[in-house]
Formats: sequence, C-alpha cells, structure tokens
Amino acid sequence: MKRPTLLPKLLLPLLALACCATAQAAGDRLLNVSYDPTRELYKQVDAAFAAQWKQKTGQDVRVTTSNGGSGKQSRAVLDGLEADVVTLALAWDIDALADHGLLPKAWQSRLPDNSTPYTSSVVFLVRKGNPKHIRDWPDLIRDDVQVITPNPKTSGGARWNFLAAWGWAARQNGGSADKARAYVSQLYQHVPVLDTGARGATNTFVQRGIGDVLIAWENEALLSRQEAGADKFDIVVPSLTILTEPPVAVVDKLVDKHGTRQLAEAYLKFLYAPEGQELAAKNFYRPRLPAVAAKYAAQFPPVKTFTLAEQFGDWRKAQTTYFADGGVYDQISEGR
Amino acid sequence: MRNRALPGFGLSLGVTLAWLGGIVLLPLAALAWKSASLGPATWWAQVSTRRVLHALSLSFGGALAAAVIDMLLGLLLAWVLVRHRFPLRRLCDALVDLPFALPTAVAGIALTALYAPEGWIGRWLQPLGVQVAYTRLGVLLAMVFVGLPFVVRTLQPVLESLEREPEEAALTLGAGPWQRFRRVLLPMLAPTLLTGFALALARAVGEYGSVIYISGNLPMRTEIVPLLIVQKLDSGGDTGPAAVLGAVMLAASLLVLLAVNALQRWNRRWTEAG
Repeated sequence: MKRPTLLPKLLLPLLALACCATAQAAGDRLLNVSYDPTRELYKQVDAAFAAQWKQKTGQDVRVTTSNGGSGKQSRAVLDGLEADVVTLALAWDIDALADHGLLPKAWQSRLPDNSTPYTSSVVFLVRKGNPKHIRDWPDLIRDDVQVITPNPKTSGGARWNFLAAWGWAARQNGGSADKARAYVSQLYQHVPVLDTGARGATNTFVQRGIGDVLIAWENEALLSRQEAGADKFDIVVPSLTILTEPPVAVVDKLVDKHGTRQLAEAYLKFLYAPEGQELAAKNFYRPRLPAVAAKYAAQFPPVKTFTLAEQFGDWRKAQTTYFADGGVYDQISEGR
Repeated sequence: MRNRALPGFGLSLGVTLAWLGGIVLLPLAALAWKSASLGPATWWAQVSTRRVLHALSLSFGGALAAAVIDMLLGLLLAWVLVRHRFPLRRLCDALVDLPFALPTAVAGIALTALYAPEGWIGRWLQPLGVQVAYTRLGVLLAMVFVGLPFVVRTLQPVLESLEREPEEAALTLGAGPWQRFRRVLLPMLAPTLLTGFALALARAVGEYGSVIYISGNLPMRTEIVPLLIVQKLDSGGDTGPAAVLGAVMLAASLLVLLAVNALQRWNRRWTEAG
C-alpha cells in the first residue's frame, strides 16, 4: 500500500487553493468605490487629481474608480473590496460600513456640508413637448400615465426618488404619513418596469420607449437630454422635491492598512476645491461653492427642495422605516 | 504499473476533493450554516409572505415550463443536426453553444430590445395583444434561451452513436414513423432526454442576469427569487434573510433534481423490464 504518500498528495491541491495571497497595493494607488451614474464624473476627477498631485508632490499616483449599484458597492467593501474612499448614493450605505468598524460612526461630520461636495435633486424627464401634460407629482398617478423608476431595494438613487414622492405628499397642506403612504403606493402601481439600477431605468425610458415619465436625478436627466438630443426629451421640475446628497468618505481602516490616508484625504478635498467643483458642475451635479454655482447657474432650472434631515431625520431612520426587510416599501409592494 | 491516462489515484482524488470542498461544498455549507442559525420563527416570517411564495412559484413554475419546452425543441434541433445534412449545418451547430458563452446580461438586453413593445419583434406582436417583454412570458423566454444548449448538447452524442438497426428492424416489421419514434427511438433516448431536462431546469431556476432585464421585476407579478435575494442583500445590514431564501432555493432545487433522478431510475428499470 502507498498509504503514507497519499496524504501529502491529497493536501497539495488544498494547500495550493489556500495559498491565494492577496496582492497588496503600494501607497501610490487609490481605489474609489462609487455608485453607478458617477462614471463620467470620476473618470475626469481621477485624471485631474492625479495630474494635480503629480504637480504638487512629483509622485505618480493611479486613481481608479469602481462603479456599481450603491448597495452592492457598499456590500463589496464590507466583504473585502479594498476601497480607500467611498463615494456612494446615500449615507446609509456608508453607515453600514461604519457599523462594521471600517470608519467612525460620526464620519458624516468630518467633511463640510454633510460630507456631500455636490448635490442634485429628483426631477421628471418627459417626452418632447410633454404630450401627457405632466407638471407635478399628482399627474404621475393619473390613469393614463406610466412611470419609470428603479427598484428602491436595489437602487440607491431610487430610494431618493421614493423619499421625494413621500416628502412631497407629506408636506402638502393637510398632508400626513397616511396620505403620503397612499400616494406612494398608488405611484408604484403606475410603474410597468422596475429596473434594478438607475441606468437601467434610464435605458428603459430612453431606448425602449417605455413609460411617459422617468423619475430621475437632475444630473441623469440633464445627461440623458444631452446625449439623446434636446429635441427628444423635456425636463419637468415638480413644485417640491428632495435635495439628494450623495456623500463621500475616507475608509479609515483600509487607508491605514494601505498607507494611503494622506492621498485619500487630498482626493476628497479636491472634490470641494474649485477644480473639483467645476468638474461636478460640468457633469450636471450642483456644486456647493457659490462662485462655481453662479458660473453654471444657467444650466440648472430653479428648484424648490427639502432635505432628508428636515423630513426624515437621518438615513439610518429612513432606511429602517422604509427600505429594510419588511419595511414600508415591502408592505406597499405586497399590496399590489 | 498500470497504464493511466491521468495522474495517480492520490492526486486525482486530492484535486477532486479540494475542488468539491472549496468551490462547491464550503459555500453551500456556509449558506446552510448561516440560515440554520436564524431559528424557525425567522424562517417562517421570511418564507411565508405572499411575495416570496409568488416568486417561488414563478421561479420554479417558469423553470419547469422552460425545461419542458427546451426538451421538445432540443430534441428536434439535435435530431436535425445529427440526422440531416444541409448547408450551413456546422454554423448552426456552433450557434447552439452561444447561450453558454454569451454573458447573460447581453442575452437579456438583446431579448428585451427585440421583444419590447416597440422592438423589432415586439411591435408585430403588440397588435395581436401579445406582450412578451416585462411579462411572465418574457421570463419564460429568457429561461428557454439559457437552457436550450444543455438539452441539445447532451442529446447529440447519444443520437450520433445510436445504432440504426432497431429502427430499420421496426421499419421492416411495418412500423409507421410515429410508432418507430415512440416505440423504438424514444425509449433509447429517454434517459438522456431526462438528463438534458434536469440540466435545463437547474439552469433556469438559478438564472438571474438575463431574466432581470426582460421581466420588469414587478413584485407579485414578474419577480423571481434570485432577484428577491439580491434585494434583501442590497438593502444593507444583515445577510440572514437572503441566506434563508438561498437555502430554500437550494433545498427546492435539490428536491427537484432528486425527483428527476428517481424518474430516470424508474425509467431505466421500466425499459429493461419491457
């Protein structure tokens, strides 16, 4: 019998499998884990930042951005994706990282403006000439109107859409949580396709030609109109909508591991600096710096907004009430 | 020393065990472990909602229907490819594998573009009152698409190696075409057909990429279980609820595949006895 030699041979492949050491990046690389529609923005930011860093320090850095659904990206970081900074669609997705000790719980007060260097809002994209005469939220639940918006469970952007509709209904004269719930559940009955992400919903509306109105972030709506040509779509700004604040943060535990803290902090500061703010505005995000905002004022329609904090407290509360397993959105969905 | 095509027993077994253990068993065990740690109350709360039950029935009902369609279409396709000679046969043969290789998202987007109400095919179906994209029919279509090559590719080699004598004997004994098919060919092909069916079924149950593009993902209407799992994961926090659904899918799939196996054993006994 060859019994003594069997065991090492058995173990060899097991060992090989276990020896998948993760190659660790040196301190001159930065990974930004971002959400889906920031693709164009961060492509430009990454290049501009690397150029500026080189000029200041003489060091070559390589900044890469990974894009995906905000919730998925957050989970990927939880599960071990080596993100130096996260730039996600909503604060809850970064709160979830803080809950697992990747950064301090008070992360959102570390940078100015709730850690959101740029903002947007929730608006309507309609077909050219607005054939269905969609002016405001009540028009979306008319019998002849079909609404496109992604699934709030899988799309961070869509959660803001949901909260915009809810907040509008709750803030009307005589508005209440009950009335808001009734309005929102009616709204989702007018949705023929629930895409899993914001880009998917935009494609369904723009390319598939489904639906009369797309509930979208202003930056996505402006981008779609620019890409498809202004003769195809109009943007309708509702009477009241939510100010969307996609936050950014350094992932402390991981930058300390990579030795990239200084680089990561400079990267986020860059977003607040005039150059970064200009790039945000060029990609249709509303900049925070008044000077840059004034310069690009013409491309943004006037809009009246409420903030998440004013209506819902904070994202943790909003998440548990509306979007957690068995939350309001799930209850509404089951009632269909 | 016997002549062996593969390295010795020890190494082969080691590779097999490492493969099975690391890639198949370990993740499945982790899933079972995670979901088992939750307790029956959580389980019941997760599984008993109308929405989950609806998604389960769509996932498994759709997959069963798709596997049946695949079995019939696949038999026809394999037959044509093996028994007939026609121009571009090799090209057709190669095309069969395409659903294997194509990223499922691409398949889903392509099917949706074709069958959406304003798509190339969809616009002709619309006046007939048939809508494929964003309905259950669309889910079925995507499942049929991804499962078809499994049936064709399992049947083909068997059909090729099938001896003609029994058929010819039946012919000389005066059997008509239908009789020859049912009495002679079908019994010989049945085990392979069932294998193809089981593979197509398993593939359709787990299919995610193509279905989510064409289904519209409406809760209580066109929502499949894999999407529900993703939703539970994406809304952040604990992975427990998603693990429960994953475990349910796993158990149900196992049951279905065991049933197909039993059917196959029964069929073999029946064929041998007959």
